[in-house]
Amino acid sequence: MMPGRILSIVAVLGLATTVSAHAATIQITMENLVVAPAEASAKVGDTIEWINKDVLAHTATARNGDWDVNLPPKKTGTLVLKKAGAIEYYCRYHPNMKASLTVSP
Amino acid sequence: MFVRLSAAIAAVSLLSGAAIAQGAKPTDPQIAHIAYTAGVIDIAAAKQALGKTSNKEVKAFAQDMVRDHQAVNKQALALVKKLKVTPQDNETSRSLSKSAGEERAKLARLKGAAFDKAYAENEVAYHKNVNSALETTLIPNANNPELKNLLQTGLKIFQGHEQHAEQVASSLK
Repeated sequence: MMPGRILSIVAVLGLATTVSAHAATIQITMENLVVAPAEASAKVGDTIEWINKDVLAHTATARNGDWDVNLPPKKTGTLVLKKAGAIEYYCRYHPNMKASLTVSP
Repeated sequence: MFVRLSAAIAAVSLLSGAAIAQGAKPTDPQIAHIAYTAGVIDIAAAKQALGKTSNKEVKAFAQDMVRDHQAVNKQALALVKKLKVTPQDNETSRSLSKSAGEERAKLARLKGAAFDKAYAENEVAYHKNVNSALETTLIPNANNPELKNLLQTGLKIFQGHEQHAEQVASSLK
């Protein structure tokens, strides 16, 4: 019983460490219709957090149709990356706002 | 027909451009009025387009114009309220509204692809004019730093609109 309990504690700790080591949150801002950084890299499981600092609504819309995140004025939107690949995205309302994400496995 | 129409649009746009630049050294209450009026005009143009167009791209553009200009004008209203400034009607605002009304009447007579093309071209010309007025007259003459800041943000937004309008206009050619 004792060794089993210790083992499960280790397993829980191990899991927690794995998660925190791998899942990062990457912040990308949209301000004055500029996406910064325009090129970002991340890993599958990471969270992208887009911070819309404008008084305008924006979106982060993948060109390949994988995701479409609405970003109301002065709000933040998040997305957990599920697939690896190089993704171009843009704002549907302001097509000049373009950026890319490189997602590694 | 198209050439004549474009020439007419260019002439009107030129006039409104001159009109914006004419008012030498506008005051802050006048600048606030001009900027707000310019937004109202573009919202009215977009609403006209939404009632007339069946082109997906033109519709999306017009919706963007309504959304953005309403957002900016909401900010402008909040700012003048905070600064206790009463926007002051002036010759520039009046001539802007007048030529925009004439433009809308002209566009009202067009249909389908001819309307879409004329609307998109007018949006390019209109945003060019407003942006140049912001750059050369309105921003340099704004005294209040918060007003100046809002105009500068507006300029960035409207430069984006100008490019977007150019994309829409060239896709209709």
